[in-house]
Amino acid sequence: MPEFTLWDIVHNLLLAARWTVLLSILAFVLGSIVGLALLLVRTAGNRWAVRFVRGYVELFQGTPLLMQLFIVFFGLPLLGLDVSPWIAATFGLTLFTSAFLTEIWRGCVESVAKGQWEASTALGMNFTQQMLYVILPQALRIAVPPTVGFSVQVVKGTAVTSIIGFVELTKAGTMITNATYAPFTVYGCVAVLYFLICYPLSLYARHLEGKFRHVTR
Amino acid sequence: MSLVELHAIHKSFGALQVLKGIDLKIDEGQVIALIGKSGSGKSTLLRTINGLETIDDGTIMVAGKKVGDHDTDLLQLRLNVGMVFQQFNLFPHYTALENVMLSPQVVKKQSKGEARKIAEEMLAKVGLSDKMMHYPDQLSGGQQQRVAIARALAMKPRVLLCDEVTSALDPELVNEVLAVVRQLAEEGMTLVMVTHEMRFAREVCDSLVFMHQGRIHESGNPEHVFASPKTPELASFVGGLAG
Ligand SMILES: Nc1ncnc2c1ncn2[C@@H]1O[C@H](COP(=O)(O)OP(=O)(O)OP(=O)(O)O)[C@@H](O)[C@H]1O
Ligand SMILES: [Mg+2]
Repeated sequence: MPEFTLWDIVHNLLLAARWTVLLSILAFVLGSIVGLALLLVRTAGNRWAVRFVRGYVELFQGTPLLMQLFIVFFGLPLLGLDVSPWIAATFGLTLFTSAFLTEIWRGCVESVAKGQWEASTALGMNFTQQMLYVILPQALRIAVPPTVGFSVQVVKGTAVTSIIGFVELTKAGTMITNATYAPFTVYGCVAVLYFLICYPLSLYARHLEGKFRHVTR
Repeated sequence: MSLVELHAIHKSFGALQVLKGIDLKIDEGQVIALIGKSGSGKSTLLRTINGLETIDDGTIMVAGKKVGDHDTDLLQLRLNVGMVFQQFNLFPHYTALENVMLSPQVVKKQSKGEARKIAEEMLAKVGLSDKMMHYPDQLSGGQQQRVAIARALAMKPRVLLCDEVTSALDPELVNEVLAVVRQLAEEGMTLVMVTHEMRFAREVCDSLVFMHQGRIHESGNPEHVFASPKTPELASFVGGLAG
């Protein structure tokens, strides 16, 4: 049986960590786009659109991420779509991310004073102009800290995709453990790597919170 | 024909009837003060004139055109009708100048240069040429309200609605805002203002409209109305102010 040095373990985990980072970024970017679209649909305020978005958010917030991934991974093939773990993982995490982000951002939009809507309406602006020039610029400032904070949840969420066979950090950890029989060392390293990805994000979110707390404009 | 004509305006919030049939004509150049107790429907009436509140029944004509509830109608309406609010409602993320320039640029599609020229002119008119680059949180309440007036004027409205524009101000800042409003009135701007500044209303307004329980209870020339109120409600309202 070959001997594994600590460096072998870390080296292989680092290679897999690239996929964790890439999947996180993809899910975050795609989730932001979908989340923003849902936010606009909801804020524009057709009654059915509001209901749909609310249902969407509740569905994804009210079920475990693992079940969401299972349903995507095993459900899409039933519809005749052949999905690789990559696609299933990206798709599933995008849905998850969009639901949470749209809810976080809705709170931010609602925290913009009602008078801002009234003043811009009275000045003749339509919904798009109001959003673009008045509401979103203000909501964005409020939204940055919680959004960065949520990105940590997305990174941790990628671990769940190991179950559907996507080889990222956690899955690589399991595979290396099976070869080395050194679970404590391997998962210890895995945990450290997650921490190294997430901690800077948390720190940054906290920094932003402190910074934005004093800023009114 | 009058600039603004309201006919049989009805408005309820749920079961609460707030406007119970309002008829009002506002002529070009007229300055009207809306007075009345809290909850009598003054703000609601004002807000129906620029479509911030929809009406349940009645008609609104502005500049000869009936206002429907279609979006383009409302936009057209709001180009004719400006509004200044009690709480200023400046956009906090823009400077004074940008606040005034925004709507001419995005709504009227004016060039940046044009919008800037008008904005500078309007800010000069309200005496704030030296504060153009300041953000709202760097301005006093009185200065903020004057920027809000300049912002409304930059759209060149034909009538300006003012809802208690001095009520949120510290007493020492009230006069600088009233001076601007008085100047507008003297220049011939059509104004409809909800106000508690009775002395100001008396000096500046052509007509006083007293609202009571969702109706126009009494109206007329301010001197007249104050000197000899015809209804006990107005008499007690005026008396309450004095005492
Ligand atoms: N959006 C709303 N929803 C429900 N009720 C409302 C709404 N706006 C106003 N009202 C109610 O309508 C009535 C008239 O309100 P309005 O603001 O027009 O009064 P007002 O004469 O301007 O009073 P004030 O002097 O206090 O400003 C009040 O009873 C108020 O509570
Ligand atoms: Mg009011």
